[in-house]
Amino acid sequence: MARINLEHIRHAYGAKPKSEADYALREVHHEWNDGGAYALLGPSGCGKTTLLNIISGLINPSEGRILFDGHDVTNLSTQERNIAQVFQFPVIYDTMTVYDNLAFPLRNRHVPEAEVDRRVKEIIEMTGLGGWAKKTARRLTADQKQKISLGRGLVRSDVSAILFDEPLTVIDPEMKWVLRSQIKRLHKQFGFTMVYVTHDQTEALTFADKVVVMYDGQIVQIGTPAELFERPRHTFVGYFIGSPGMNVLPATIEGSKAAVGNESIALNFQPKVTPGAKTELGIRPEFIMLGREGMPVMITKVEDIGRRKIVRARFADRPISIVVDEDGEIPAEPRVTFDPKAINVYADSWRVGEEA
Amino acid sequence: MEKTWNNKAWFMVLPVLVLVAFSAVIPLMTVVNYSVQDTFGNNEFFWAGTDWFLETLESDRFWDALTRNLIFSAIILTIQIPLGIVIALNMPKKGIGVPICLVLMALPLLIPWNVVGTIWQVFGRVDIGLLGRTLASLGINYNYVQNPIDAWVTLIVMDVWHWTSLVVLLCYAGLVSIPDAYYQAAKIDGASRWSVFRYIQLPKMKRVLLIAFLLRFMDSFMIYTEPFVVTGGGPGNSTTFLSIDLVKMAIGQFDLGPAAALSIIYFLIILLLSWIFYTVMTTSDAQG
Repeated sequence: MARINLEHIRHAYGAKPKSEADYALREVHHEWNDGGAYALLGPSGCGKTTLLNIISGLINPSEGRILFDGHDVTNLSTQERNIAQVFQFPVIYDTMTVYDNLAFPLRNRHVPEAEVDRRVKEIIEMTGLGGWAKKTARRLTADQKQKISLGRGLVRSDVSAILFDEPLTVIDPEMKWVLRSQIKRLHKQFGFTMVYVTHDQTEALTFADKVVVMYDGQIVQIGTPAELFERPRHTFVGYFIGSPGMNVLPATIEGSKAAVGNESIALNFQPKVTPGAKTELGIRPEFIMLGREGMPVMITKVEDIGRRKIVRARFADRPISIVVDEDGEIPAEPRVTFDPKAINVYADSWRVGEEA
Repeated sequence: MEKTWNNKAWFMVLPVLVLVAFSAVIPLMTVVNYSVQDTFGNNEFFWAGTDWFLETLESDRFWDALTRNLIFSAIILTIQIPLGIVIALNMPKKGIGVPICLVLMALPLLIPWNVVGTIWQVFGRVDIGLLGRTLASLGINYNYVQNPIDAWVTLIVMDVWHWTSLVVLLCYAGLVSIPDAYYQAAKIDGASRWSVFRYIQLPKMKRVLLIAFLLRFMDSFMIYTEPFVVTGGGPGNSTTFLSIDLVKMAIGQFDLGPAAALSIIYFLIILLLSWIFYTVMTTSDAQG
């Protein structure tokens, strides 16, 4: 268990990066607290896996330092860093039995056989692979194999951190839920530092205390699920978190008023906008009230998703989404009002605060 | 579901049957025909029954040649399979080195067999050969024309040079099919170099190794051209393998009956040994 510091990490896969675009990872500077459960969330290709592999030591960063509990480990091997990592696709040693697979990381580290037995049995019980222990791992199904991969990550009790690289992609939904709660329980029980890479926001939000959102090779926001939901620092976060994502409308800001098309919307603060910046207004579909008062919208589609309805509409000639309760009525001449508390203002995609 | 019977389908198989008949069955039956008869020319044949087979099986000449074949194949396999694996493991996985290595490896395989024989025949000559002269000038008494051991060493080195590439290429194909995640996981699990080989690389190469093993066994057991060109079966009979003996018998002495019997026995031995290897190796695979 360890506190992990990433100091100005940059990484390019090519040998001589010329421009900013050559970097798969553009400047990551961040501290991961000892015992924290982090989710690394972002679309495919945003650098999540690169960052994870840099932490585990499978990749050496082009620039920057990595510290574990204050010690520089940048040039240490994966083994010396004592990291456990679970990969997206199951990796099993298919000539070994399930038991030997799980015991492999311990035996490589010369753990006494009695201790190996105790740990392995614990993991076998946790993953429900009891009947398979003595059989070769090759005949297992994909999700059983992935459970073994997970198990090999969890079997070591002394690791600095456990890293998960989209480990539940191949597991079916029901089992996903079970395994995720087990990982979470293990985290509570043993207090491992855990980093969990995923592009599934539900997975990220349920697993982690802190969600790290990555976009285009950099960390755009780190926060609790509530922060990400209410105050997305970047339009990407607003769009990526939430279903449907945040409505982002081009707007012109004047004082504490925003104009979208011909509509004028009152803000409850005066945003600090540099002249010439591209300004946008962000509001989540949950905070738009549909009724008989306010600004006119044209409804194009209503999607009933069970407990809620998603109304797709055009507002000031822009598509917006509105979330309505299941029994919420949709008037014949619909109008909308925006909750001023939930409006965020963005300049060049980054959220701006109040004018000082 | 009702099964549809349509005997016209057999016509579709006919071209293949004709092809196989001409390429395999008819030539083989001609040999069978010779092996049970005796002839003194003029197209006159006399029934000989199993005489030729018994004669062959009772002759020392046959057993000596067979022993040479078995020893040769055993040596070839023990050298080429491990050597092929080692070379494949050390070949680059990406970059400019890959095509270079692959072409270098494929080169010996592209050379016609009698040319390979000629190359080594000249290469090893004591009077003009680079290898022969060099060894002689180093004071090593090497002469494959007179010394049976030297003849064997020459043949084995030549075969290793010629055919190890095949094992390398097959193993390499098996190795590059292993996803990176396996190596990464092994690093995370703290596996040693040996463990990576034993539990990741070897299991993945198992299938191609089976093929490499069978091909190298069959080929080395049937070896003819190269020893024929290099040593001609000598000195004495020390490199007279079954195939060389067979040609001597059939074309040199024109003993068609015994030669045909030997051919069939030779063929059955290869078939039997290949089948045994295949069965043993695939059943151990199923259990493991």
